[in-house]
Amino acid sequence: MQNNNKIKLLVPLISVILGLLIGGLIMLISEYDPIEAYAALFEGIVGGPYYIGETVRQMSPLILSGLAVAFAFRTGLFNIGVEGQLLVGWLAAVYVGVFVDAPTFIHIPLAVLAAAAAGALWGSVPGILKARFKVHEVITTIMMNYIALYSTNEIIRKFMLAPGERTENVKESASLASPFLQSITNFSTLHYGIIIALIAAVIMWFILWRTTLGYELRAVGFNQHASQYAGINVSKNIVLSMAISGAFAGIAGSMEGLGTYQYMTINAAFTGVGFDGIAVALLGANSAVGVVLGAALFGGLKIGALNMQSIAGVPTELVGVVIALIIFFVACSYIVHWLINRVNKGGKI
Amino acid sequence: MDFMDILALIIPAAIVSAAPLIFTALGGVFSERSGVVNIGLEGLMLFGAFTGAVTIYYGEQFGLGEASPWLSFIVAMIVGAMLASIHALASITLKADQVVSGVALNFLAAGLAIFLTKKIFNAGQTPVISERISKSDIPFLSDIPFLGRLFFSNAYLTSYVAVFVAIIVWYVLYKTPFGLRLRSVGEHPMAADTMGINVTKMRYVGVLLSGALAGLGGAVYVASISGNFTHSTITGQGFMALAAMIFGKWHPLGALGAALFFGLAQAISISGSQIPVLEDIPKVFLLIAPYVLTILALAGLVGRADAPKALGTPYEKGKR
Repeated sequence: MQNNNKIKLLVPLISVILGLLIGGLIMLISEYDPIEAYAALFEGIVGGPYYIGETVRQMSPLILSGLAVAFAFRTGLFNIGVEGQLLVGWLAAVYVGVFVDAPTFIHIPLAVLAAAAAGALWGSVPGILKARFKVHEVITTIMMNYIALYSTNEIIRKFMLAPGERTENVKESASLASPFLQSITNFSTLHYGIIIALIAAVIMWFILWRTTLGYELRAVGFNQHASQYAGINVSKNIVLSMAISGAFAGIAGSMEGLGTYQYMTINAAFTGVGFDGIAVALLGANSAVGVVLGAALFGGLKIGALNMQSIAGVPTELVGVVIALIIFFVACSYIVHWLINRVNKGGKI
Repeated sequence: MDFMDILALIIPAAIVSAAPLIFTALGGVFSERSGVVNIGLEGLMLFGAFTGAVTIYYGEQFGLGEASPWLSFIVAMIVGAMLASIHALASITLKADQVVSGVALNFLAAGLAIFLTKKIFNAGQTPVISERISKSDIPFLSDIPFLGRLFFSNAYLTSYVAVFVAIIVWYVLYKTPFGLRLRSVGEHPMAADTMGINVTKMRYVGVLLSGALAGLGGAVYVASISGNFTHSTITGQGFMALAAMIFGKWHPLGALGAALFFGLAQAISISGSQIPVLEDIPKVFLLIAPYVLTILALAGLVGRADAPKALGTPYEKGKR
């Protein structure tokens, strides 16, 4: 058991190291200085209050989108639709933020809950299709992403348009922006969203491990047929799992709408936060703590990449390549297991 | 504007936007028929677009002229197959989750293509090419009354190649021993293995072919529609091709039909405002139509769509 836990930790760790190594190799081949680049990358993540503030700000939506993917994974569902659920959540949060008048302590929770509800609704559609018609959720969630992208754009254009292809700013009472956090981080864009994200991580852990619902969801994830036989309503759990997953994704959207941007733009393409959530969840082995750590790593890499580009001249996209490699290695944990076995055997002989 | 003018406006445009989708969807058919899910079509198509743009640009520099787009198609197919080999290695040999591997492939292709673009051209996009596939009338066929004007005038040669390739793929999959073997490892790999078919090899072939065709789809997109490669050149066409493949029920000719239909929806969404009846329909309905239809098709409301039986499951010898 202990050995098993050790491997669980080693797989992501080795994957990250391998990913960074190959990233360095790519830089060498393309005539950049990998050591200078990685130093700049590291500097750009933790090298001062401003960078730390930006990294933490980047983490908040990533934690939530990671939780969304991880939660569905626990029930054996692959939610690639986080991107779409995030967009409808973003729109709902901004809608409440712009059109509702309320004191802050009601307005913010209301906007966040609206985002969660919108995301849950969007996520439950693939859930219902899966439970009722046995349609694979991977395909439907991808399709729902595009439907969300075009529909939210159209709704903004029709009902909420402000100059600059965007909505109005949300009212101050709904804003998560914090002059205090900004001032202690040398005027980064850090906002209170991180608190909501961390609470959400605790909620996910609680639902999965401390409630009957969570037990049933995990049972369905392990073995649908056995769960059915044990009297668990599999269809209900599939829909619920997708709805809760969608709710997390929706709240991730509210991070952008109430925190980082304070408005919603007409998006020409996806934000990428939803897809990054897949990487975060995989690296974090679908656990709440793992997701927070994974979000810290990937959020950090994304923010640090900016500094890497300006100091070492390496295009930020290199970080995207490194993240892709890390996912590959985690997915092929077979090869990491093999490596660990080799090293262990070598040690014993 | 009479009905004929409307058709003459929409149908050639539909055929143009369908060609890259057709190639990519056919790629998807090969991969998924062999039992390997390929969410990575988007990334493969994106990298094909990048490869195509770069090859055409340098082809022009070296004075290849009109041949450069055609050369780029070959290069994009080779590079696409190479990139797909990562997906094959991960999902067939290393038994990784096929969907995860496909997602990673999308990340990798997007990151690498923009990284290389910035490295080579020191800018966020490739230079605009001058040697595009040109529009032309097909001799004789374009003189057919009515049909000639709709289907054979003012169109790219690549579109006809796409239709032709779809027919070849149908023939290969359904009329040759190779096709039977490829489909059998996607339906019941153990039975296929018992009959002496090399499951791993057939699946590799399926995935590599999908990479080649998706790469071709991307290059055709650049050579006929976009003219260069930027971060926003391929945004979802690969997923739309995936949808076309499913809507076409994993059948080459079905995928062809679906891709043409999706191309039609795109063409209407672009030029719908000029058409009397359609101008009242909000554009958004046309934009989301392909995706909504695919969901309905999968739910069994527009005919039943059944995936190959062993799709998504790695094959382990001796496992029951």
